[in-house]
Amino acid sequence: MRTLVVFSAWMLGAVAAGAGEWSGYASVEGRFFPHEPIYSDQDDHNGSIAAQPEYRHEWEDGSSFTFIPFARLDSADSERTHADIRELNYLYREDIWFFRLGIGKVFWGATEFVHLVDIVNQTDLVEHIDGEDKLGQPMLQFGISPSWGNIDVFLMPFFRERTYPGRDGRLRDRRIIDVDDPVYESSSEDRNVDLAVRYSHTIGSADFGVYLFRGTDRDPLLAPPSRINPADTDTTRLIPFYQQINQFGADLQVVTGNWLWKWEGYFRSGYLQDYFATVGGFEYTFFDVSGSGHDIGVLSEYTHNDRDDGGLTLFQNDLFVGARWTPNDAAGTQVLTGFAQDLEQSENLLTVEASRRFGEHWKLSLEAWLFLNSTPGSVLHSLRHDDFARLDLSYYF
Amino acid sequence: MKSRIAIWLGVTLALAAAPLLGDPPTPQQRGRAIAEEADRRHRGFVDSTANLRMMLRNRQGQSSQRELRIRALEVAGEGTKSLCIFDTPHDVKGTILLTHTHKNADDDQWLFLPALRRVRRIAAKNKSGSFMGSEYAYEDIAIQELEKYSYEWLRDETYDGNDCFVIERRPVDQANSGYSRQVVWIDKAEYRTWKVEYYDRKGDLLKTLTCRGYRRYADRLWRARETNMVNHQTGKSTQLIWSDFAFDTEQNELDFERSRLTLLR
Repeated sequence: MRTLVVFSAWMLGAVAAGAGEWSGYASVEGRFFPHEPIYSDQDDHNGSIAAQPEYRHEWEDGSSFTFIPFARLDSADSERTHADIRELNYLYREDIWFFRLGIGKVFWGATEFVHLVDIVNQTDLVEHIDGEDKLGQPMLQFGISPSWGNIDVFLMPFFRERTYPGRDGRLRDRRIIDVDDPVYESSSEDRNVDLAVRYSHTIGSADFGVYLFRGTDRDPLLAPPSRINPADTDTTRLIPFYQQINQFGADLQVVTGNWLWKWEGYFRSGYLQDYFATVGGFEYTFFDVSGSGHDIGVLSEYTHNDRDDGGLTLFQNDLFVGARWTPNDAAGTQVLTGFAQDLEQSENLLTVEASRRFGEHWKLSLEAWLFLNSTPGSVLHSLRHDDFARLDLSYYF
Repeated sequence: MKSRIAIWLGVTLALAAAPLLGDPPTPQQRGRAIAEEADRRHRGFVDSTANLRMMLRNRQGQSSQRELRIRALEVAGEGTKSLCIFDTPHDVKGTILLTHTHKNADDDQWLFLPALRRVRRIAAKNKSGSFMGSEYAYEDIAIQELEKYSYEWLRDETYDGNDCFVIERRPVDQANSGYSRQVVWIDKAEYRTWKVEYYDRKGDLLKTLTCRGYRRYADRLWRARETNMVNHQTGKSTQLIWSDFAFDTEQNELDFERSRLTLLR
């Protein structure tokens, strides 16, 4: 911990002295929930402000320093009022190898609707239910690129706990996730040193990667308190249990003409259960539809996992279909809509995301999620009154 | 077997001798030869960097601007690898477009999205889409591979004081291009492109590109510092202003690989 403090101080000193550049955004967000909440503590709507400045300094030799703090203030949910250091790292580069030291962010994966194999960074779930926001992960990454591919090794000495909406927040399970009292399988708790090794390469029109991860599962098992302590019979809480896992994962993207094929899968061996999870599908793009200059993409993916161990997964055996509209205009307009259908239970949900730029600095995003059908007892059932529209206006600088 | 070899020899000799016999080259051969020479003179830069400012104007005269850094790397016998790094608009700052062009195959293209730190492959077969909402399509802004067009010499003509060849080029992959043909003005002295007319799939004039401010770098590489694309059908236009050209700067080849895009940002 002490070395981390010294290191952070040194890096912040580099910022203060530096000739780098600042960029980033500040935003105002409103989320509107048309239905009355199910749980009495929950607020109707929420407004919030957020900022994510970004400092970057790059040296002539390709080495660089990056600092990206993030903070949000939320009117309704005290858990959603939170701050994080998304990145604070130093990258050192030589010809074919490099290392990155500090808090970093890494994405692995190929598909659009769910991100299964992405494991390095913890999900900042309170930020957005889509799971695409991530917490900064302290790490040492070493990478080397010989002619036959790329090898990346990650050492992750500090674990980040997943964030969840609090008692007042919408989009939560009927039971509160007790984030203040997590339980770890590892005796070193959140100081367990996690390890990952990844090999990736591009051959012709295919990009692929395979990896082995050994350490603390980012995806906690959620257990009633009685499972941990028989005397605690509270049924309104769930305790996150972070198990130790070995996970073998792979991802693949292939392009053939206007088709993009995407696949991800992993095998996870853990405390309670070993299981396999996979997602795969395609995106086909109709370019310049009837000479309009607009592109329309249609996409479909299918995901399946045999998981039965108390993780709150939204999608277990689901089919997704979606469409992406890109008019290629000066405002950078984009619209993406998606529909998910559970193939076992009669559950489904619909999402729409749209965004465009105004002028050189402003961007407006509009998003809607409709939880159409759910079956009692499922994760989606807790969200059945949480249809929402989200409006976000961001100023980028 | 023997007779086959004899025939083969005969044909080969006849073909080799044809130019000596003084047959005038066909317009197709002349067009191709001019394009080859222009291509030869454009290349040999090993690698390059430049800054690019794009000014987009609509019919009402409203304008918006984009700033990019462009890096390119020649790959012997194969094509070119290039990076477009976006600095503005601010919401896409740090976005990187990586393109590997191939002489005889579909290009490969990836987009790095800094917010997610994610590299997405893009279907790059179709080239007709607008680049960043500008009047330039991907196929206009990409480095031109010789083999992707067929050529024909049309005439010689003086353009803007320069003695020029006027040639026509037609995309080989018609289905994935926005054009039926392009007419190109190339000067005879240095093989620089001064003007290009783009005809849409119906054969109507769609856009005109004009190039200005040519300057010679590294004693032999001519580059235009200003190009302007006018869309005649929409009234919109996009001006590109290039600066800070540098060549043969010993760039790290790994910067041009998908797997290492994340190190650039």
